[in-house]
Amino acid sequence: MSLSFSAKAIAPIPIDLAFEAKEGEVLALVGHSGSGKTTILRTIAGLWAPQNAEVQCSGATWLRTASGVDVPAHRRRVGVVFQNYALFPHMTAKQNVMSAMPSTVRDKSSAALDWLARVNLPDMAERKPAELSGGQQQRVALARALARAPDVLLLDEPFSAVDRVTRERLHAELIALRSDLSMPVILVTHDMAEAQALADQMVVIDQGRVIRQGPTAEVMSDPAALRAMGLRDLASLLTARVSAHDDDGLTQLETATGPIWLPRVKAEVGTTLRVRVLAHEVILSRARPEGLSAQNILPAVVDRIVSGEGPGVIVHLAIGGDEVLARITRRAARDLELAVGQPCHMVLKSMSVARDHVRG
Amino acid sequence: MDWTALLLSLRLAGWTVVLLLPVTVIMGRVLAYQSFRGKGLFETLVMLPLVLPPTVFGYYLLVVLGRGAPIGDFWQQTFGQPLVFSFEGLVLASVIFNLPFAIQPAQRGFEAVPQDIREAAACCGMSPWRSLLQVELPLAWPGLMTAMVLTFAHTLGEFGIVLMVGGSIPGETRTIAIAIYDRVQAFDYDGAAVMSAVLVGISLFTIGITYLLSARVGRRLS
Repeated sequence: MSLSFSAKAIAPIPIDLAFEAKEGEVLALVGHSGSGKTTILRTIAGLWAPQNAEVQCSGATWLRTASGVDVPAHRRRVGVVFQNYALFPHMTAKQNVMSAMPSTVRDKSSAALDWLARVNLPDMAERKPAELSGGQQQRVALARALARAPDVLLLDEPFSAVDRVTRERLHAELIALRSDLSMPVILVTHDMAEAQALADQMVVIDQGRVIRQGPTAEVMSDPAALRAMGLRDLASLLTARVSAHDDDGLTQLETATGPIWLPRVKAEVGTTLRVRVLAHEVILSRARPEGLSAQNILPAVVDRIVSGEGPGVIVHLAIGGDEVLARITRRAARDLELAVGQPCHMVLKSMSVARDHVRG
Repeated sequence: MDWTALLLSLRLAGWTVVLLLPVTVIMGRVLAYQSFRGKGLFETLVMLPLVLPPTVFGYYLLVVLGRGAPIGDFWQQTFGQPLVFSFEGLVLASVIFNLPFAIQPAQRGFEAVPQDIREAAACCGMSPWRSLLQVELPLAWPGLMTAMVLTFAHTLGEFGIVLMVGGSIPGETRTIAIAIYDRVQAFDYDGAAVMSAVLVGISLFTIGITYLLSARVGRRLS
């Protein structure tokens, strides 16, 4: 399964872009509101057709304006989680999920209960949407979208209407779920950090045009893409497993090359997290530093050095399978004689990783 | 008490509701969700019975449904009897003059179904027909019910148009409202009082039922 999209349009907002999402891949469309990302999603779903557009999914043409092909929305195999979930208010959670099932599903009732269990809502089947919290409604909406057995899953700012704690739990659940999903997932968001935590590929859009597209790690290390999003903070993700909660309020996590300590992380021992590390908070050292207040010192290998504009450079460090970015000055890089393939040490202050940077 | 007239009124109101329901659903939905050329003109035409004096409206119906007009002649040739001054003619007139009372609330009812809910129905694979039955109608139901109750109550009470199109033929076109008028003309105030009271009772009952049902629907949806 894969999805390819291209469009050129003037109204309602100018759009001129193309992208492709592959099987099992999460592609994030990132941009400010009014950038055209929701219009793209609506075009894929069949709720809108721009003047010139083409949508192909799993070999089938859903939309080709040039030859007048426009498959109606209900004949496209799409699963959509709407921004405000758009659950049917007169149906229970179970009925909502059942309503999206293809007619080939034989025991719809038990299949719906299975889906609700998979999104961690086993006991809410008979509740109406009004009796569910925002996070629970989002889970029902996700179960309903997946119950359709879609060829592509479309998520329209699905985490914007819940509080931060719920949002992070939902992120973790989506990450856990996505390894079972074979269809491409298109996530629309204005939150770069969210895209970074969830997506394999990113398309950064501004006023209907692509600023940058490619693998998440690459896009996130492109200062131009960050500027377009109004972000000054370059960041990367470091995979770590919670190993202990210490008495002094710190949590010990194990990374590929050693332990780190962060302010108390609300996750059980054994949970694997992705820690968001801000590039300008990373200090590099050739030798392993001693007599330092910073506790987190991880061996790393220089993978790439990218010069940006101005006095800074971005050093890409390999730590296990992760790529961590460090923003240092050009002068420091020269003085340290950093070179590709060279081992070094990355120093990170515990307190520099704020709690909301820790995501499942 | 003219039971024949009361029964005739109830029959007329019942048939009007039954025939008007599909028209109301289709037109209310189209007006709520679609924009097309001449929509404003169409809405104005539908509203016309609200502002026209019943006698004026009845006069035009008499002309259109009577002999020498296409509809009247067609009816005469097909069924071998005139359309005006018959129960069938009365039903047709009743359906037409109730259009604004039915379509307005129905349109509001369909407009109350949020766009993203309707889009979600399509994205769940529901055909437009399934979406109408399983999502739109259950949610637009309060509006549709108001439409039907207003139609029913309004038909029971309509006087001018019924008199113009139907006359006052006992058992055929003499409704309760006309029977009351006839009683008063004959100085039978007691008879008129009883029938009026019955009509008030029926109207109160209908509206009471509506409030009860819509309160229940409201609870179900909120």
